[in-house]
Amino acid sequence: MVGMTLSEKLLSRSAGKPLRAGDIGICKVDYAMGTDGSVPMALDYFSAMGGTRVFAAEQLLFALDHYAPAPSPKSAMLQVRIRRFAADHGITVFDVGAGIGHQIVVEQAYARPGRVLVGADSHAVTYGAANCFATGIGSSDLAGVMMTGEVWLKVPASIKVNLTGRLREGASAKDLALSLARKLGSDGAAYQALEFHGDGVATLDFDDRLVVANMSVEMGAKNAVFAADAVTFDYLSARLAGGACASALARCVEAALYADPDAVYASEITVVLDEVEPCVALPHQVDQVVPVAQVSGTPVQMVYLGTCTGGRVKDFREALDVLMRHGGPAPGVQLVVTPASREIMESLARGGELADFLAMGAIVVTPGCGSCCGTGGAIPADGVNVISTANRNFKGRMGNATANIFLASPRVCAASAVAGHIIDPRALDDRAQPPKSDSPMPAQP
Amino acid sequence: MKDDIDTPSQSRMHAATTQPAVIVQGTARCFGDDINTDYIISSRRKRESLDPLVLKDFLFETIAPAFAASVRTADVLVAGKNFGCGSAMEVAVTAVVGAGIRFVIARSFARTYFRNAINNGLYPIECDTGSIQEGDALTVTLGTTITVLRQGASEPLVAAPIAPEVLEILAAGGLVPYLRERRTF
Repeated sequence: MVGMTLSEKLLSRSAGKPLRAGDIGICKVDYAMGTDGSVPMALDYFSAMGGTRVFAAEQLLFALDHYAPAPSPKSAMLQVRIRRFAADHGITVFDVGAGIGHQIVVEQAYARPGRVLVGADSHAVTYGAANCFATGIGSSDLAGVMMTGEVWLKVPASIKVNLTGRLREGASAKDLALSLARKLGSDGAAYQALEFHGDGVATLDFDDRLVVANMSVEMGAKNAVFAADAVTFDYLSARLAGGACASALARCVEAALYADPDAVYASEITVVLDEVEPCVALPHQVDQVVPVAQVSGTPVQMVYLGTCTGGRVKDFREALDVLMRHGGPAPGVQLVVTPASREIMESLARGGELADFLAMGAIVVTPGCGSCCGTGGAIPADGVNVISTANRNFKGRMGNATANIFLASPRVCAASAVAGHIIDPRALDDRAQPPKSDSPMPAQP
Repeated sequence: MKDDIDTPSQSRMHAATTQPAVIVQGTARCFGDDINTDYIISSRRKRESLDPLVLKDFLFETIAPAFAASVRTADVLVAGKNFGCGSAMEVAVTAVVGAGIRFVIARSFARTYFRNAINNGLYPIECDTGSIQEGDALTVTLGTTITVLRQGASEPLVAAPIAPEVLEILAAGGLVPYLRERRTF
């Protein structure tokens, strides 16, 4: 009998029967996350389905992150509706200010080895970093989970991504994710899973894996999944504090799944981590990725640090390191900082980084989705070039269709804030010399 | 408008294959590759209303500002690869349904859009759309296979098959009627 991929094993366990790529399984969901962007519609569907009581309140998590804080009376009332429903049914709510649902699912270790999680938001794929099957669904599917505790899932074929070597100084997980987007294209992993293998995986810390898994959906992936290893268990161990930690961790170790050596993959690609260079996705497509040098000199008026891709402590520290060494953002650059969660913001406050950001004039926005999808936070002005640590740069994504959004790593974003134009941080370090290119490029590539 | 078809001798039968084929005429409204859900309906719009009849007035406002005013109920959306990529927001389907559109034909769909379409009774038809032009008269035939005939073309385009389990949800009219009746999967 031919071996199984990680996704095949994860969904087989959840469905209680052996499933192979292409099979459709009715899968029991460990947790289903919904946001203020998706839950209100789910409540409408649930009601239309004739739902009265949810199947299992303990498997549902509602995060108020898209309108944080509510920018209008109507969005405020959407949140009121969610809170009321959750209170009536005993569903956990992460209220405004707690942060992005995806980050909380990971921080609070809902995402654990062997589990199946769905999120009514496309970036639910993030959780796959923790050796679970995690994918995005819509509001109607969330209502289906509320009704039945289950979801139908077609088992994806998997792309085996071999990572070798290690990222060089200055290159980051975001550059790896953007490189994968360039390699695979916006639909190169459509309906498929990305499964990560190779000696390079061990060199990626847990946050790095979250970044890569998070952006897998920008390649069309159904899910991305990593094997559990020392990095996974160290992370979980830190998250599972308290008396029951040892037994919870032991259960995680026991529940972890690994692909069989003879598993069948739809295709296989190799990425040499040492060759990953700082890069930038150009407006308005995530897979239009070029080396930073190619757009060096493009003026930027807004720099966005945050989101479920680039809003964790490590991201802010990397950005701050560049900003502090070079005197903060250039005049005329609006620096917007949105921690992905309250815990991250508190950590930045304790570490002094938050004060440093404030001292350099950064605009600090409530933890949540912020400006990323234009539902709240700082909206760019007409014609503005934004460079952002986010995952999407679609036209109008940040709430203004005339803005141009470039995507890059925290370091590249920070360096660009310092220079007032896109620049490789390494070039900034040699600032005694003139920049490689000082002729501003047109905003539209 | 009805056409008898052979009843297949499949072990697994479902509603769609046991009913006569349904033939629907429509007009092609063409879009390109990688049309993300934010282009279909800007995510900031759902902040103010979730009503499809309100949202339909903002369909494609970012990339085709004249579309919403000109859309007709018999229109068929036609696109290239990866239609509905990006956010999983379901208003990108319900706003289309709100405009009276019943079919989206694309070379491929992002999986969340495909699911949401099925769940809302919007037919996601996957076939090679390269030959279809804006304004083309299209004949969609829903039967054991789904086909799309472009006026003037000799052969219809044949859609990729949809799994029987999934087709059952679509045939029920979407996930709401499906679960309202069955209570479980």
